[in-house]
Amino acid sequence: MIQGVPLQHILLLTTLLFFIGVYGFITRKNLFTMLMSVELMLNAVAINFVVFNAYLFPENLQGHFFTIFIVSIAAAEAAVAIAIIVNVYRNIRTVNAERINEMKH
Amino acid sequence: MSVILFYITAVAILLFAFLSVTTRRILRAAVYLLFVLIGTAAIYFLLRYNFLAALQLTLYAGGIIVLIIFSIMLTSQMNNKLEKPNDLQVVLASVTSVVGVGLVLFVILNHSTFITQYSEKIYNVKEVALSLISYQKNGYALPFEVISVLLLAAMVAAIIMAKRELKNKEQ
Repeated sequence: MIQGVPLQHILLLTTLLFFIGVYGFITRKNLFTMLMSVELMLNAVAINFVVFNAYLFPENLQGHFFTIFIVSIAAAEAAVAIAIIVNVYRNIRTVNAERINEMKH
Repeated sequence: MSVILFYITAVAILLFAFLSVTTRRILRAAVYLLFVLIGTAAIYFLLRYNFLAALQLTLYAGGIIVLIIFSIMLTSQMNNKLEKPNDLQVVLASVTSVVGVGLVLFVILNHSTFITQYSEKIYNVKEVALSLISYQKNGYALPFEVISVLLLAAMVAAIIMAKRELKNKEQ
């Protein structure tokens, strides 16, 4: 734990970070910026896991490993999402979520 | 000292996160996201989870951001600004976020009987890695295997998704 910083302050930080991600996910129309908002949310949750681990159960490493798995899943998710976005761009020449409304091109 | 560092990092993270979702230039959004991820790594360093911080820097800040920036360059014109979100969307998103923050903070601050413990222990890479491959108690061999299979599947899926167009053109 960080000496002198209460747990609630870090939870405040991650809550705000998560809901900034939610705000971005709703307002953005470009697929890449939506993906970035998802990364922000994943990041906030990862900090939460680590902080709970460090403050409440410092002798164990569960939160630590959860964060490692979150980071790996985020990498896999970003790779697949970007492959899909690039494919969509090749087919219909746009990455705007509102103009992607046909299932079959 | 680390208290001041933590608060500076926290403010920087929130500021860059907000800029990242509101700026209208897409490359800047990616760079602000990079700063957010580096700030997260700084928080992990402050908590003294050094392996995790290194992982965050290399995999997230190094790998994912570079991937995103490359594919932005592949798909969009740099000079174009993103279109503005319409007012209704901004209002609805703000309401959703504010209500969500209020709800979560209400729960956190009203049920804050956390019993925090202090530990001087710093986990080095060897301990983390041994715990990751052990199948005894507190070992994570099974999730480790599952995640490696998932990564393999994601890699195959990404290659197939990116390749499909070429096949169509050949036909």
